Amino acid sequence: MDYRTSEGIAGPRSEDTLPASAAAAVKVVIVGGFGVGKTTMVGSVSEIRPLTTEETMTQAGVGVDDIAGIERKTETTVAMDFGRISLNERLVLYLFGTPGQERFWFLWNGLFEGALGAVVLIDTRRLEVSFDAVGRLEERGVPFVVAVNAFPEAPVHPVAELRAAMDLPDSVPMIDCDARDRASSRDTLLALVRHLQSLHTVTPETP
Amino acid sequence: MSEPGKPWDEGGPERLYTVSRGRAPQEPRHRPVELVSLIVARAEPEPGMAPEAAAVLRMCQFPLSVAEISAYLVLPVSTVTVLLTGLLRDDRVEARAPVPAAVLPDPELLQAVMHGLQNL
Repeated sequence: MDYRTSEGIAGPRSEDTLPASAAAAVKVVIVGGFGVGKTTMVGSVSEIRPLTTEETMTQAGVGVDDIAGIERKTETTVAMDFGRISLNERLVLYLFGTPGQERFWFLWNGLFEGALGAVVLIDTRRLEVSFDAVGRLEERGVPFVVAVNAFPEAPVHPVAELRAAMDLPDSVPMIDCDARDRASSRDTLLALVRHLQSLHTVTPETP
Repeated sequence: MSEPGKPWDEGGPERLYTVSRGRAPQEPRHRPVELVSLIVARAEPEPGMAPEAAAVLRMCQFPLSVAEISAYLVLPVSTVTVLLTGLLRDDRVEARAPVPAAVLPDPELLQAVMHGLQNL
C-alpha cells in the first residue's frame, strides 16, 4: 500500500524504501526510439515498479495558430521512466529511459552528467532513431553499448550488417537482448560495465 | 512521452510557482542537487509548512533520489530541485551526492556495479 503523506501525496511503499545506509547513487541511461522497449527493459531489472519523472520545456510556438501576431509559447512535457537496483547496502543504480530523437536532447544535460554510460536500444525495423542518438553520444564522449532488442516479428540481421548500417566502430559492443527478460536485461547492463572496464585498460597511462 | 490522457500538471502552473516560492533554480552557496542525489530528512514536518515540503520530509525518512521524489510528488525535477534547495538551506534535509563524475568511472566502482548486477 502507498502510504499517504500530506494532502494525499503518496510516498514510496514500505518495500520500496532504500536502507538508511544507502550513501550514493550511479546512473545508466537507456536511449531509444518510441516503442523500442526502454520501459520494458527498465521494468524487467528494476527492484521497484518503474516510476515516471517529467520535465517541461518551453519553446516558442511555430506561429501557425498565432492570434493577432502574438507569439505563443508552447510547453512540451517529456516523461522519463526509471527504475532502481540496489547494488549493495551503500550503492544504488538508477536506470533512466530517454528518447533518442534530437528534439528531446534538452533532457540530456542533467541526465548524462555523471552517468556511467548508456545502452542504445534498437529495433532493427527502425534504425533511424539510433543514428542520431549514437552520433550525439559519441560527440558527448558518453561510453555506450548497442543492444538489439529481439522483437519476434523483426527480421534478424547479422551483427556485421547492422554495424555497417549504423556506421558503428568495432570498439562499441553490440549485443542481442530481450528487454522483457530480466536475465537478458541484466546481461546487457553487464556488457556495458565490461565495456567501461575495457576502456580503462586501453587508456594509456601516460600521454 | 507526453501521452495524451496522462497530464502531470493537475495543479496548473501556479502550483509550480507556489511550491518553488517563485525562486529560480540553483541558488548559490549550496551545491545543486542532481537527479540521483539521495535525499534524507533531518527534521519533522511542521504545521504551516507547504504540503509538498512536508511530504518530502515524510517520504525521505529513508534515502530517496530526487527522481523518485519528483515521481511521487508528480512535479517536474526542476521544481523539486528548487523545493529541495530551500529545505537544504534550512538544514531540514541532507543530500548525499552521486558518485562524482569522472571521465571514466573508477575501477572499484565498476567492480561494485558488476558484483551488484551479478547478484540479481
